[in-house]
Amino acid sequence: MNNYKIIYKIAVVVIAVLAALLVGALIIIAVGGDVFYTYWIIISMPFKNMRSFSEVMIRMIPLLIIALGIAVSSRSGIINIGAEGQMYMGIIAATVIATNCASLPKFLVVPLCIIAGAVAGGLYGFIPGWLKAKLEVSELLSTVMLNYVATQFFNFCIRVPLLDPTEKSGTPMSRRVAENATLSRLFRGMSLHQGVFLAIILVVVIYILLFKTTWGYKMRAAGASARSARYGGINVSKYLIISMVISGACAGMAGAVELMGVQGRAVAGMTSGYGFSGVVVALFGALHPIWIVPASFFFGILLYSQVNLQILTSVPPNLVKALQGLIILIIVAVQMVISNPYSIERFRKRFFAGREKPNTGKEA
Amino acid sequence: MDFVVNTLTLTVRFAVTLMIASMGEMFNQKAGIFNLGCEGIMSVGAFLGMLIPFTIIGPGTAPGYVNILGLVAGTVAGCLLGLLFGVIVITFRAPQGIAGIGMQMFGVGLAGTFFRSYIGGTQSITGISSFEIPLLSKIPVLGKILFTHNPLVYFAYLLVPVAWYVIFKTPWGLKVRAVGTHPRAADSLGINVTRIRFQSLAVGGAMAGFAGAFLTLCQAKMFNADIINGRGFIAVALVYFGQWHPIKIFLGALLFTFAQTLQTQIQIFVPQFQYYEFLTMLPYILVIVVLAFNRKSNRLGPTALGRPFNREMRV
Amino acid sequence: MARFDKITELRVEHITKRFPGVLASDDISLTVGEHQILALVGENGAGKTTLMNMIMGLYQPDEGKIFINGQEVQLKTPNDAFDCGIGMVHQHYMLVPNMTVLENIALGMKSSWKGIKVDLQSVRDKIVEISEKYGLKVDPDAYIWQLAVGEQQRVELVKTLCLGAKFLILDEPTSALTPQETDELIALLKNMSSELSIIFISHKLNEVKALSDKVSILRHGKVVFEGSTADYTPKQIAALMTGHEVEVNANTDAPPQGDPALVIKDLCVRSDRGFLALDNFNLTVRSGEIVGLAGVSGNGQRELAEAINGIRKSESGSIELFGSSIRNLTPGQIIATGMGYIPEERNTEGIVPSMSIKENIILKDSETGTFSKNHLLKHKVIESTSQRLREEFDIRCPGVNTAAGSLSGGNIQKVILAREIARKPKFLVCVYPIRGLDMGAAEFIHKELLKLRKSGVGILLISEELEEIMNLSDRIAVIFKGQTQAVLERGQATTERLGMLMAGVREDE
Repeated sequence: MNNYKIIYKIAVVVIAVLAALLVGALIIIAVGGDVFYTYWIIISMPFKNMRSFSEVMIRMIPLLIIALGIAVSSRSGIINIGAEGQMYMGIIAATVIATNCASLPKFLVVPLCIIAGAVAGGLYGFIPGWLKAKLEVSELLSTVMLNYVATQFFNFCIRVPLLDPTEKSGTPMSRRVAENATLSRLFRGMSLHQGVFLAIILVVVIYILLFKTTWGYKMRAAGASARSARYGGINVSKYLIISMVISGACAGMAGAVELMGVQGRAVAGMTSGYGFSGVVVALFGALHPIWIVPASFFFGILLYSQVNLQILTSVPPNLVKALQGLIILIIVAVQMVISNPYSIERFRKRFFAGREKPNTGKEA
Repeated sequence: MDFVVNTLTLTVRFAVTLMIASMGEMFNQKAGIFNLGCEGIMSVGAFLGMLIPFTIIGPGTAPGYVNILGLVAGTVAGCLLGLLFGVIVITFRAPQGIAGIGMQMFGVGLAGTFFRSYIGGTQSITGISSFEIPLLSKIPVLGKILFTHNPLVYFAYLLVPVAWYVIFKTPWGLKVRAVGTHPRAADSLGINVTRIRFQSLAVGGAMAGFAGAFLTLCQAKMFNADIINGRGFIAVALVYFGQWHPIKIFLGALLFTFAQTLQTQIQIFVPQFQYYEFLTMLPYILVIVVLAFNRKSNRLGPTALGRPFNREMRV
Repeated sequence: MARFDKITELRVEHITKRFPGVLASDDISLTVGEHQILALVGENGAGKTTLMNMIMGLYQPDEGKIFINGQEVQLKTPNDAFDCGIGMVHQHYMLVPNMTVLENIALGMKSSWKGIKVDLQSVRDKIVEISEKYGLKVDPDAYIWQLAVGEQQRVELVKTLCLGAKFLILDEPTSALTPQETDELIALLKNMSSELSIIFISHKLNEVKALSDKVSILRHGKVVFEGSTADYTPKQIAALMTGHEVEVNANTDAPPQGDPALVIKDLCVRSDRGFLALDNFNLTVRSGEIVGLAGVSGNGQRELAEAINGIRKSESGSIELFGSSIRNLTPGQIIATGMGYIPEERNTEGIVPSMSIKENIILKDSETGTFSKNHLLKHKVIESTSQRLREEFDIRCPGVNTAAGSLSGGNIQKVILAREIARKPKFLVCVYPIRGLDMGAAEFIHKELLKLRKSGVGILLISEELEEIMNLSDRIAVIFKGQTQAVLERGQATTERLGMLMAGVREDE
């Protein structure tokens, strides 16, 4: 690659980051916060001690698992913004197992709960996948609608069938999961739990699936150009649906992990926006399983900062949601700018005119 | 009887939110832009609709002009956010679906942030109250259903034929339709595709902002971060449902508002019904069912929907 | 209103236009006088359309000037060009399908925009006036999607004239017409040239010869030749156009007597719009035989190719490959029977543009033992196979990891051809294989097809280039409105005869 192209890309990314920080700063000023202090809180707090670092990690786990699933579906040509609903379904299924199978040994119950979560999430992912493949229903709309449906269904479950009868406060919540069904903490006094192993395994599995197997190859071909894939004898509908099932299963597992490792019981609002943040993480990680790891860590930091903003500053934690939206907008715009040959050419003319010969060959 | 009349009255009044929002989205889509950020824009509009009367007057009753000011602020903010979306998807040619998700998160997050710092918690306002048209409102049954609303409702209903006229009869509407279906053809006739698309986003954004402000001022009379609760997405779905035709979209808005109102009314009139979550689900399920049975008709729709225009890109 | 009462001369001087990586126009100068018809010829990608788009104000030249009647004009937008009285009929028609003829013309006629209302009556009057004057019949209230290609072209002409064009630019106007429709158009244009000046872009040299006064040849963005049409034969112009004498790969072997490979009987297939695109279609192709299917595009060719390959479902009839039915199998199943397919849309169907060349090579065979084992891809085999094919088929690319979509049209076609031939097909369906390719690539592809024929593979060649069909085929079938109009032996086919058949004239009538 030519020199100026690298410089161009770096320049675009730097400008994008600065733009995001600037808009964020404007919002902070508008709500009367201290810009540098706020940013300092966001960046420094996670590294203050091991405990806060492990707080970041426990947010990173569900983000990572969900984003892996979203990467699979996005590469197969279907954008899954229904992870929130699939996560709820996963939690419901895992709760049923976890609160009823206390008598089984732990090495059975834990995988069983996770599988239950995966199956429930996968089935719930199947619906928009099938609707898109067979009836051409936009997944963007169907998954959002299914999120609302799942939320209501979840609220119903923890209010009626799964309600903890011993809870006196009146807040709807399920019984605590049995000790046998919890993901144990790895270090004493820290919230980091065994779910991290599942996340690591999934990174490897999804990487192999996407890039080393014929299934992944076909999914990617179907996502890159459905028409060409169909021409090539690939059953596009089938792989579209499978990818959505995988995506939903990941979200369902993330729900199970969140239940068994963090919350300990099903409570209202426990998906806390992970489903949407997962979309941002997957995009930020360029839909690549390996890059999604640092991306999810970064967003773990952002999500954890909500807690600190609440305690230490006057800036409302909702800021983080606005920032996530801003980051999506900037990523998608930047991706297009980076790959736009016209802008590259203008950049070259402006800053590198005369120093390098323009490429006039018709073919590379 | 009360139940039926109440449900219908509220349907007529509350349909305005969806109607205006999806009419705005129709302008976007007719010009070829799929704006899933509608939800976020409505959120900001709703917040401003609350903020202005609340900061000027406080929780008490605000005089009409203050409420109108809130409405105008929401509309202007919506227009600006529409233009911002235009910068992302028209100028930078970003993929519209995912950019829409970004816009939605940004709008909802922004409204939530300012809400927490300027208003704080749940506060209610009187908003714009309904008003009974003399004589007409005395007509049995129909009078209550049709003639006991505030002037804004009538204004909003007036927008339906106006939107129809604009799309099908004016030069601008002609250009919007051309740009959304065959931008190259429009371009070859000297029509500035980019400008028309920006204009339609400005109009669509303003209408989404208006719809949001209407929601807080005339319907909810309060604000919280989740107040839009999927209405923006439903508005987008309604455009498909109505096949990009203002009249069909209007009917769709009535149908969905009816489903939503019915659900809340059942909760009020039949309090012993235990499974209200399932009622709340209904409108959302209805959207999915409608989308599934309403395969899009290529001949009528804006066929360039979602595709950025680039003159120098060869076909 | 109009800036010029009439255009006595249009002149472009030293026009240069660069796109990233491509020099589209290289110091071009041209002159067209009053009532003149200039033919602009050149291969695809020579820069003809780019130049015209600059005259229409759609692109801005990087260097150079445009003069009308000796006066320099700035053409920043198409509106400027219309004001000067220049109008263009683009190769891909610029008509909005879900609007009526009236609305499409109103879209360009700014004089009909009265405040907030479009004055459709004035547009209608103008259409009637123009139609009568030039004998161009159009129905103002028809929707564009209801019109056939020929009718759409009339609408385009009427539109351009309604906008006040005194100088017409026509970009490959005959590419979708039958020979007879083409003749009519040429007569019409000749007639119009008493009032207008015309630039006519084409690469069909007999049309150039029949219509134009002057000819300019573009190659790689440069004017390489200018002259008076009358002084040159089509063959001389062809040689100037390509830069060398055209080497024709012709099939001169005796027709094979192999067994029937592909037998299609009474096939009915619906188009996207729902009508019967194929209506009791019959055709047989033997092993080792090339059957050319001639016809104006849009008569069912696309649906036929898609139905054979399982991409489109058929209503009734039968398709048999070596005696077993393949009708309405899935594309995957049909591929497994040994069917090869070079599709019409090479960029969007034949390859996955964003995937690398090597990933495109395995598109149809990712599950076969060659490229994978237990569903795990054999990366080394894929790499080496792709390298080998790259050399064998002379695919010019930086490497096999390059995105296939970034290659030129000719190289994309070679990737597809390499994949299809390396699979050792038992039969090949080949649709418009050289459309838009330069002569070099076309020669290469024809050679490969003939090689494949020699090895005993039956080939169905669907094309709109009569020359290509007549050179390669053993037998020629003509398709019209979804039916086999006739099947001729190679020796019996002449351009005239095929032209009549393509236009729907049955020989037994």
